Amino acid sequence: MSSVFFMLTMGLYFVSTVCYLAYLLRRAETLSKVSLGITAVGFATHTVALVARMTDTAQAQLPTFHEALSFFSWMLILVFLAVEFRRQLHVLGSFIVPLALVSLVTAAAFRSDEASSLQPVFKTLWVHVTLSMLGTVGFAVAFVAGVMYLIQDGLLKSKRFNVLYAKLPALDYLDHLNQQSIVMGFPLLTLGIISGAFSAEIVRGTYVNWNPEQTWAMVTWGFYFAVLVGRLTIGWRAKRAAYLTIIGFAGVILTLIGVVLKSHGSVS
Amino acid sequence: MHVIVVGLSHKTAPVEIREKLAVPESRLREALSRLCSYPGVREGLLLSTCNRVEVYAVVEELETGYGRVQEFLADTHLSLSSEHLTPHLYWHAGDRAIGHLFRVASSLDSMIVGESQILGQIKDAFEVALTHKASGLLLNKIVKKAISVAKRVRTETKIAETAVSVSYAAVELAKKIFSNLTEKTVLLIGAGEMAKLAARHLIANGVRQVRITTRNFQHGLELAQRFNGTAVPFEDYKTELAGADIVLVSTGASHYLVTADDVQRAMRQRMSRPMFLIDISVPRNIDPAVRPIDDAFLFDIDDLHMRVEQNREDRLREAAKAEQMVVEEVAVLGQWLQSLEVTPTIVALRSRTEELKRREVDKILARLAHLSSEDRAAVEALASAIVNKMVHGTMVTLKAEAKSSSGATYVDAARRFFNLEETPAVYPTGQSDVPELPDENIAGNGIGRLPEESLVPHTSKEQGRRVS
Repeated sequence: MSSVFFMLTMGLYFVSTVCYLAYLLRRAETLSKVSLGITAVGFATHTVALVARMTDTAQAQLPTFHEALSFFSWMLILVFLAVEFRRQLHVLGSFIVPLALVSLVTAAAFRSDEASSLQPVFKTLWVHVTLSMLGTVGFAVAFVAGVMYLIQDGLLKSKRFNVLYAKLPALDYLDHLNQQSIVMGFPLLTLGIISGAFSAEIVRGTYVNWNPEQTWAMVTWGFYFAVLVGRLTIGWRAKRAAYLTIIGFAGVILTLIGVVLKSHGSVS
Repeated sequence: MHVIVVGLSHKTAPVEIREKLAVPESRLREALSRLCSYPGVREGLLLSTCNRVEVYAVVEELETGYGRVQEFLADTHLSLSSEHLTPHLYWHAGDRAIGHLFRVASSLDSMIVGESQILGQIKDAFEVALTHKASGLLLNKIVKKAISVAKRVRTETKIAETAVSVSYAAVELAKKIFSNLTEKTVLLIGAGEMAKLAARHLIANGVRQVRITTRNFQHGLELAQRFNGTAVPFEDYKTELAGADIVLVSTGASHYLVTADDVQRAMRQRMSRPMFLIDISVPRNIDPAVRPIDDAFLFDIDDLHMRVEQNREDRLREAAKAEQMVVEEVAVLGQWLQSLEVTPTIVALRSRTEELKRREVDKILARLAHLSSEDRAAVEALASAIVNKMVHGTMVTLKAEAKSSSGATYVDAARRFFNLEETPAVYPTGQSDVPELPDENIAGNGIGRLPEESLVPHTSKEQGRRVS
């Protein structure tokens, strides 16, 4: 059952992405309502798919890359719906929904219904994956806010007052969104890494073995730590923060690719 | 009965004429009762703003109605005669008058298309007309519709969303940099008229901290008092930069007062908090080399003008959509108005009753096949007599009241009582597109089938509101 709902969700997010991208180019506001409706339905089917998947794979017990990405996509939409609900920031959908779609399509590529062949695994691994993914959601939102910031900044600087200019919110709000996302994402990632170390200790007997994936994770962590401290102490905000969070998210993506290459579909 | 408008606006009359014709609020009541005292003027509404003076009225005869209203306008000011006024006036009746009101209310006829004041002014004028009972069934419906059309235009088009003055364009831009202006500080360097206006707009939009520096410190102090701000000595303006989120420069200086170095220094101190610089001076007072500096956004007078020009184009594009809406809405209201005409109502009533009688008679005659042709004629005559007597009173009243001030009210009621609401104004007799109702209900308690609301005539609602 989960795969039906999963495919349905993918279809809905695809349509919603198309609508949201069209919304960027058009003056009319009605398209945002349509897109939001489709996204909300997609979110509902996604929730069903996730729950069904969890009951399906309860025996397998190993969080796979597929599940991690699907969960990431789900959280991303949840955050978007929350922000949209509070701030009516329709244009955010034009950036977040495509990202959620990409992540879901990637998840689909790694979907496997056979039980994992690795050794039986422990609850800590679920905690590790969940926390890391929540942290990643924070960075993803910061990334989106950064991209939107740079676009709006560019439009203001070049005095191109087009449709996009009208739809994007004020610069300082985007900067605020960027900051909030990192402030929330960073502690979650930190906890994710700590729980990951514990899992590694249980599975392999060592907390850290500095494989490329772990190294990248630590580099990413250090980078975001610097971004956060820089913002709070020496004013790395606005345009600089936007650039940094975009670079940081690229690091996150590389880490995830590392995870995939290493474990062929399972996270450890 | 005709709905008309006679008036003049910024498009047809210079301010010298408009100001003479304008009716101050204190004299509105007197003016309205004078208007309604003219014979043949049933309802009236007087809209007097600085850009237009218009009389909306419901009159019995079109030509004399125009004449009366024009007379009324000429009488509002001693020095004006009808001949003076005529070249500046416009006259519209029926759908065109209604369309005109819709356009005015939607700010399509305003000097600045899309400005929002006019709707409030119409509401006020309507309020006055209501309290003095100058507005009745027709104008009530039309003005209320105009207000709802204006709201529709406002929500469904972007006609009012953009800034159309240079000073307001500054506010619009500021809002794309700062989401909340309340915590922001404005620094005013020099005090040209446009800068003062922009500062006033910014304050109206929430800015609380205003710092003012002018070459003449005394002048600065006076301004500070007016803006509830702080005056700072002119020598200090460079050090003030770092604390300012919005810098408005307009001095008569012929050189750059604010250089790229100054801004760079300020930005370092501000730790990259964005800064919005507006240079309204000609020649410019802020070095254009400031532009590439990160997080500093410089706009000069040309940029603001360009923004305003773009907005104007946007508004005109939106106005085209709004015009379409007005046309649609006028058509809807036109149908309602047409239904209030006496003659079509009598025709509809006659054909409705004729239709009912026909059906009932045919049905009973089909069963009584043994009747002789005289008996059949008698049955038919009986049916006709009953039906005609039943509606006779209504017809007579409608005809008698057709010319009275409450004619429309009677027509409205008759249409509701006899369920003529949905039928076309001129009803072709003997056609089968009468709504099919079960026969026994028509013969029996047909009235009981009417929706509850339709038993309450419109007018009682309108009047109820008028009293309250």
